[in-house]
Amino acid sequence: MNTKDNFIKVKHLYNRAGFGISYTDLEKLSRKKLDKVVDNLLKDSQKDDPITLINDFESKRQLLVQAGLYAKKDLTDDEKKMRQQIIREQNDVSRDLNIAFITKMINTDAPLREKMTLFWHGHFACRSNNPFFAQQLNNIQRANALGSFKTLLVEVSKSPAMLQYLNNQQNKKGKPNENFARELMELFTLGRGNYSEQDIKESARSFTGWMYDKDGSFIFRKNLHDTGTKTFFGKIGNFEGENIIDIILEKPETAHFIAGKVYKFFVNDIPNEAHVKELATHFYNSKYDIASMMKKMFTSDWFYSPENVGTKIKSPAEFLVGLSREFYVTYNKPQVLIQLQSSLGQYLFNPPNVAGWPGGQSWIDSSSLMLRMRIPSLVLNDGEIDFSGKADPEDEAVIALSRTATTNANANTKPKSYVNASVDWPKFLNTLPKGLTPLELTEFLLQPKLNTKITTMVGDNKGLRSTAVEITSMPEYQLC
Amino acid sequence: MNRRNFLRNTGFVAAGSLFVPAFMKPLEAMALDELSLYKNLVVVQLSGGNDGLNTVIPFGNDIYYQKRNSIAIKPEEIIKLNDMQGLNPNMAALQEIYDQGWMTIINDVGYPNPDRSHFRSMDIWQTGSDSNQFLSTGWIGRYLDSNCQTCKFPYTAIEVDDSLSLAMKGETKKGIALKDPAALFRNTNDPFFKAMLQNDKEHLDENNLGYLYKTMIETSSSAAYIQDTSKVYQSKFTYPNSGFANQLKTVSKFISSGLKTRVYYVSLSGFDTHVNQIGQQGNLLKQYSEGMAAFLKDLKTNNKLDDTLVITFSEFGRRVEQNASNGTDHGTANNMFVFGGKLKKQGIFNTAPNLSDLDTGDLKYQLDFRQVYGTILDKWLDVNNADILNKKFNTLDFI
Repeated sequence: MNTKDNFIKVKHLYNRAGFGISYTDLEKLSRKKLDKVVDNLLKDSQKDDPITLINDFESKRQLLVQAGLYAKKDLTDDEKKMRQQIIREQNDVSRDLNIAFITKMINTDAPLREKMTLFWHGHFACRSNNPFFAQQLNNIQRANALGSFKTLLVEVSKSPAMLQYLNNQQNKKGKPNENFARELMELFTLGRGNYSEQDIKESARSFTGWMYDKDGSFIFRKNLHDTGTKTFFGKIGNFEGENIIDIILEKPETAHFIAGKVYKFFVNDIPNEAHVKELATHFYNSKYDIASMMKKMFTSDWFYSPENVGTKIKSPAEFLVGLSREFYVTYNKPQVLIQLQSSLGQYLFNPPNVAGWPGGQSWIDSSSLMLRMRIPSLVLNDGEIDFSGKADPEDEAVIALSRTATTNANANTKPKSYVNASVDWPKFLNTLPKGLTPLELTEFLLQPKLNTKITTMVGDNKGLRSTAVEITSMPEYQLC
Repeated sequence: MNRRNFLRNTGFVAAGSLFVPAFMKPLEAMALDELSLYKNLVVVQLSGGNDGLNTVIPFGNDIYYQKRNSIAIKPEEIIKLNDMQGLNPNMAALQEIYDQGWMTIINDVGYPNPDRSHFRSMDIWQTGSDSNQFLSTGWIGRYLDSNCQTCKFPYTAIEVDDSLSLAMKGETKKGIALKDPAALFRNTNDPFFKAMLQNDKEHLDENNLGYLYKTMIETSSSAAYIQDTSKVYQSKFTYPNSGFANQLKTVSKFISSGLKTRVYYVSLSGFDTHVNQIGQQGNLLKQYSEGMAAFLKDLKTNNKLDDTLVITFSEFGRRVEQNASNGTDHGTANNMFVFGGKLKKQGIFNTAPNLSDLDTGDLKYQLDFRQVYGTILDKWLDVNNADILNKKFNTLDFI
């Protein structure tokens, strides 16, 4: 076993399966056999540690108050104020939840579980203005991130966030709403072209009555369920939701569709059909065991072949989490993480639509690239923020509320704003071996192979600290 | 020059001469005479769902007053355009524009199976998709992708903002977002940024790293072109003091200085008026109208109005009946505005919304928004709209 070779492979593994690795850990792991390293990675991620920002009891109470306020036709002034107050609070808590998720990715010692949670966060893309629902769905995605895909799918399908987002709350006997049934097959399992419009209709009928009650728990309302006979993919029966999910999972196209998305997320934007097929077959034969598929992928030779190393564009979440993790960054004003996410085009919990973030080269345009190249110096050197980013359309109601009489005329005279982050430089520098040269640090921090230009640029650098800032500001740092 | 200025403070330090990679040269060396007769499109987005019925008010219809007892605009305050419709009094600045024949109002624009979520409906408007279809490219982005005669350069589409909207992103080409051309120029001339681009031909292949370098080179090249072309231009026109008017002032500067940009994109947000609508919407409509009026007159003064078409849209209109909080909730079809010096049909384009034939309390659309896009693509941007919109849409005769 070649340690130098293993060094590169383990680094690649931790970049893709997690959010990077410290030099100390990398040196240690490089001395082990690669399949042992993969086993360790999976073992480290066995523990499920949910986000518990929002308390069950408090959110249920709020839901009840809110339901009562919405049901009333004429509200008193006090009731109006209470409703506005709830909207504001929910908005604040939604921001806290976003910060809780990204902070968890930054600090986790179960990196593969968090990375997979991020993957499912984009796969089962959902928006909910109720932060309790959003937290619940995020925790479902985390708890089942490496478990059974079937359990994950069933739980996501029963979550209030998804039932609400895809209108299954309106899917009733005699008046079916097909939204959930369509996305279940098009985006969550089979992929476009592998089902008919008739299958969607019959599936929608089978999911009638899947709802959540007024305190936010799943409920199967039998009286709203269409009990008639359905024909789904040629099978005839008195199907309910679970039966539909079972039939969908019997189709190998589902395993292929998921394996293809996993490959694009973890390996390469351009799928290699033979590799995807290998992965899909394994996934299907393992009865949709996610951890087993991941292990198969991370132990395949092709995962480490040069065309798959240092060639993927980091998503904004991967970029921000990776940078913050590497340099032990603490954000004293964590809201800035939301500003950065939205300016870079990946505002977590707010995907563009149910299809999730398209990823790959679509992350990069002139402004997002310029910003990415400046963020390391903003974060690591506490630079001044001179951009504002767009408001998310869903925040418009809050903007309208909080800006009753002001114009944005004074936008240009805002006080200066800074990232206000603390970087633990001593801790970072301590992870590096004594006598590490700037060039060696560069080789460690960048995934793509170094060219002469970069070698020359860092060659005349004196300190490791300034080298680190310079390297993370390079276009090469956008790749992993 | 020490490239580590970059690292100390993020305001990139201005540097000396401009670096242009040799193979990008022809782009900068455009002959001046090609700059004339350049037709521009300006897209104005009103975010949040502007209440169209309190913008262009159907005062001639009693139902309007019945459904909106506390937020209806009184007939005597309305700027009447005909016997049925008139403008919100906060839009007084546009009366002169309307009277000049520079404005067309298209009523009831929408799409089948409308979505009432801000984000989804905005997504549909920006991508030009059906309501059950998910596209990851925008309609202007696909226009850039089409590689037509008029859309070759990265600065073909400019958004005056910090970040780029989905509307402006194509598969292979994307527009450029900038608020301040001088700041972008400074950033791309930062010693560090320039050092990264120096002699970097080895990266220019088709992979992701090549794509990053290509984006940097285009950004640098566009920033230089935009700055060089527009820096000498001084607008003599006074604009109102608002963020929105400032965006339009920047667009006017670009158009008047002869930038070979075809599409500009600006937005104004805050229209989600569920509560106490009158003051909030009134304020925004005033900003909008005063900004637009100044912009259009400025273009007229510079002889650019005939070459400019401005459209305004919002992701949806609002429900016909007001809610209990003196506001309105999310609705469907809405009006669009078209401005320009060469409109074929001026004034009100089609019949006012029918308030007695509603779809569960919402307006039914008369025209698909992609007919409006299609018309612009065919008649103004000189491409076949079916290539951009994925199917052919019938055009309208407002231009």
